[in-house]
Amino acid sequence: MRIGETMREVDWQAIASRAAGILVLIVGVLLAASLCGASTPANHPVPNIFDTHSTPAESIRHLSYFVLVITGLIFLVVFGLLSYVVVKFRGRVVGAEREPAQVYGSTQIELAWTVIPILIVVVLFLATARVIHGIQDAPRPVGTTEVTAIGHQFWWELRYPGLGIVTANELHVPLSDPARPTPTFLKLLSADTDHSFWVPQLAGKTDLIPNRVNETWLDPHETGLFLGQCTQYCGTQHAKMLLRVYVDSPEDFNAWARAQQQPANQDGTEAAGRQVFESTACLNCHAISGTNGTGRFGPDLTHLMSRRTIAAGAAENTPENLRLWIQNPDAIKPGSLMPAMKLSDADLDALVRYLETLQ
Amino acid sequence: MSSDAIAIQTTQAAARPLVQTLHEWVTTVDHKRLGILYILYALFFLVIGGIEATIIRIQLMYPHNDFVSPQVFNRMFTMHGTTMIFFVAMPVLFGFGNYLVPLMIGARDMAFPRLNAFSFWLTASGGFLLYFSFVGGNGLYGAGTAPDVGWWAYAPLASRAFSPGHSSDYWTIALLASGFGSIGTAINIIATIISMRCPGMKLSRMPLLAWLNLVMSGMVLIAITPLSAAQLMLLVDRYLGGHFFDTQAGGSATLWMHFFWIFGHPEVYILIIPCFAFVSEIIPVFSRKPIFGYPVMVAATVCIAFVSLSVWAHHMFTIGMSSYANSFFTITTMAVGIPTGIKIFNWLGTMWGGKIQFKTPMLFCIGFLFQFLIAGLTGIMMAASPFDWQLSGSYFVVAHFHYVIVGGILFSLFGAFYYWYPKITGRMLNETLGKLHFWLFLIGFHLTFDLMHIPGLLGMPRRIYTYETGRGWDTLNFLVTIGAFVQGIATLVFVANLIVSYFKGAKAGNDPWDAWTLEWSISSPPPVYNFSSIPTVASRRPLWDLKHPEDPDSRYE
Repeated sequence: MRIGETMREVDWQAIASRAAGILVLIVGVLLAASLCGASTPANHPVPNIFDTHSTPAESIRHLSYFVLVITGLIFLVVFGLLSYVVVKFRGRVVGAEREPAQVYGSTQIELAWTVIPILIVVVLFLATARVIHGIQDAPRPVGTTEVTAIGHQFWWELRYPGLGIVTANELHVPLSDPARPTPTFLKLLSADTDHSFWVPQLAGKTDLIPNRVNETWLDPHETGLFLGQCTQYCGTQHAKMLLRVYVDSPEDFNAWARAQQQPANQDGTEAAGRQVFESTACLNCHAISGTNGTGRFGPDLTHLMSRRTIAAGAAENTPENLRLWIQNPDAIKPGSLMPAMKLSDADLDALVRYLETLQ
Repeated sequence: MSSDAIAIQTTQAAARPLVQTLHEWVTTVDHKRLGILYILYALFFLVIGGIEATIIRIQLMYPHNDFVSPQVFNRMFTMHGTTMIFFVAMPVLFGFGNYLVPLMIGARDMAFPRLNAFSFWLTASGGFLLYFSFVGGNGLYGAGTAPDVGWWAYAPLASRAFSPGHSSDYWTIALLASGFGSIGTAINIIATIISMRCPGMKLSRMPLLAWLNLVMSGMVLIAITPLSAAQLMLLVDRYLGGHFFDTQAGGSATLWMHFFWIFGHPEVYILIIPCFAFVSEIIPVFSRKPIFGYPVMVAATVCIAFVSLSVWAHHMFTIGMSSYANSFFTITTMAVGIPTGIKIFNWLGTMWGGKIQFKTPMLFCIGFLFQFLIAGLTGIMMAASPFDWQLSGSYFVVAHFHYVIVGGILFSLFGAFYYWYPKITGRMLNETLGKLHFWLFLIGFHLTFDLMHIPGLLGMPRRIYTYETGRGWDTLNFLVTIGAFVQGIATLVFVANLIVSYFKGAKAGNDPWDAWTLEWSISSPPPVYNFSSIPTVASRRPLWDLKHPEDPDSRYE
């Protein structure tokens, strides 16, 4: 019995996938149209929920095809009936004829259109419950990468407790081999208001809520950069709380992790800039290993230059943008909690030169 | 007899000075005048909320647009949502309920006329308090103006740490005031329907509009209470050092979500059930047939009311509930679709075999049927909680609930305006302008809200004041904004029609639509006392019986 049931379910999904291919095609065409001229360096520039590359997102996609096919069929039937009625029973001359036959109802028909929807709901629910369980209660294999993601107004603090790495806004995770999965599990916390972690091509969203520990996981099957952003309104700059996830090959990931585990550059070539960092308000919020800056209100800057963006993805990480960001954050991200530092030109130049050594 | 009474009344009104007329309106306890006040109040805020929506759409027309600052944008979507739900949708539906329920059950007024006036002025003060925040929200802190916490004001964003100044207080007090107003009106509607039906009008002979308003009022009593409780708790947090929602001191952010959504989801049905009522009155008249399956329609409504009280956490599928909780709210949410589907099929059954007349009220109701179908189906998609993990908080959700509120609620409301305007004012709305309004609005609506689903599928979150290029969202957002302008123009046509027809519209007479319920048996506008002698009814369609003595409904019911 049980096996038969399972097979029937699989068959439905196969049919559903094929039929829903049409929908994907439509979305694909829309994508192609909107992509012309796009110049983001990401190789997955559109965070399309139907273009998935990770186990949880894929099982959601399969469920969504099934739901789309069922709702699509209901739509066609009811839409067809409505259109038929509107055309077929349109009245011609008003008042000149007798009233139509007065029908008050029909128990048989009422029963039919009560029972059929109930059956549909039961089927939909069973298919859904399976996916809920499959994603939420997934077993944790050996060899997982553990990350703690902490939402802040308006950036992401990312800590790898097992690896001793602290970074921000750009999450690196290893590629997972479907034969021997090495998923990444994220513990989600918040330092202030509610936030939500959403990288559509890798996983559905899970909120980061203060005073609460949530969890989600990624199991990516393709390398590259995947885009996401905060999806729970968290304050003024909710819009520019962007998130980048790099899926690296195991070798690249290990190399990245080793580099991140190094202490900050201490070669002393930019001592003047370091002096500015250590003697101004910078260190209240930012940490750089080996200096007296240990703040956690802002992103850890130990390996600032290893990140492609600053201000939670709001700007490319270039010397010009760094200057602008330090001197006038509102120019890039009005309402961000980073204060304008109002440094002299000489101090600013020195500081930016120092930050550029933090590879 | 009754027309004499009206003639006397109008000549007297014309002779009075303006101040006295205004005084009469302000102190009125007449259910019809209060109904009109509710409706005018809602129309005023509809325009304000519409302007806020336009500002939102202009800002999102292009990526990295700087039409408004993020601070202003956040205030705009907060005020837009709060205004449209609490100060447009609720009052306009209470307005129609107030106006129509006594007329349709053959009563001379509501059960508690003074409570009725009190409730209206409470609700009205709520709206004005909310908008006073633009002036008074700065408070002693010098921070904030209008609230910018979103219409559901999630904790801890509304706590003092994240929302200094008084902006959130104005939001809280405004909702408390209007909440008490809603409870007062709900009690009134229930009491009126229970105790003031005319002789012969058993519950099973009541027009569906009265039935649905009864159910809606019962839901108001259940749903508004937790909202008011939550607002009081928030005030305790903000001013008396409480920690209900203060996460920095061990409070719970999810507690607020539960309180808000156990109000918030039934609220959707509080808004849509009176709209079902309009549709259930208009479709039969313009199909020239009685409503199909009256007892089933009543049962389905009561069923929706009960089930909708157990679905609230489907707004919270992403907060990390257990898989069992997610499964429970998945099945309850899908289950709501069953009685709702029955309703759609019954309206279909009403039109089947009829002689459909495409007057403007009917056009809006047909639009409602198509759009509500789609809104229901996207609702089923989000009920599947894993699918919702992708859709929740994205523009797909925004498109979905605007499909419900604009495509469903607003379309049926427009239908109600065209249908009952002749009764309320004594003049017909212009049919040509009405059809122009319908088609323009239909085009604008679909341009905006059909396309709005797609950016959500492409990963665009809601409540962002700007967005990055290259993600496939640009063109779609541009078109959505164009659609919003078309809807704006259509709304102006509607307002113009309301004003022009008031002075120049054709005289309506008692019964312009050849309808069957009691309000059409008296003059338009109705006299102060409604019925010179209280009618006696023998069926659900008393005027059908009157017009067809050879084949009355009472023979079959």
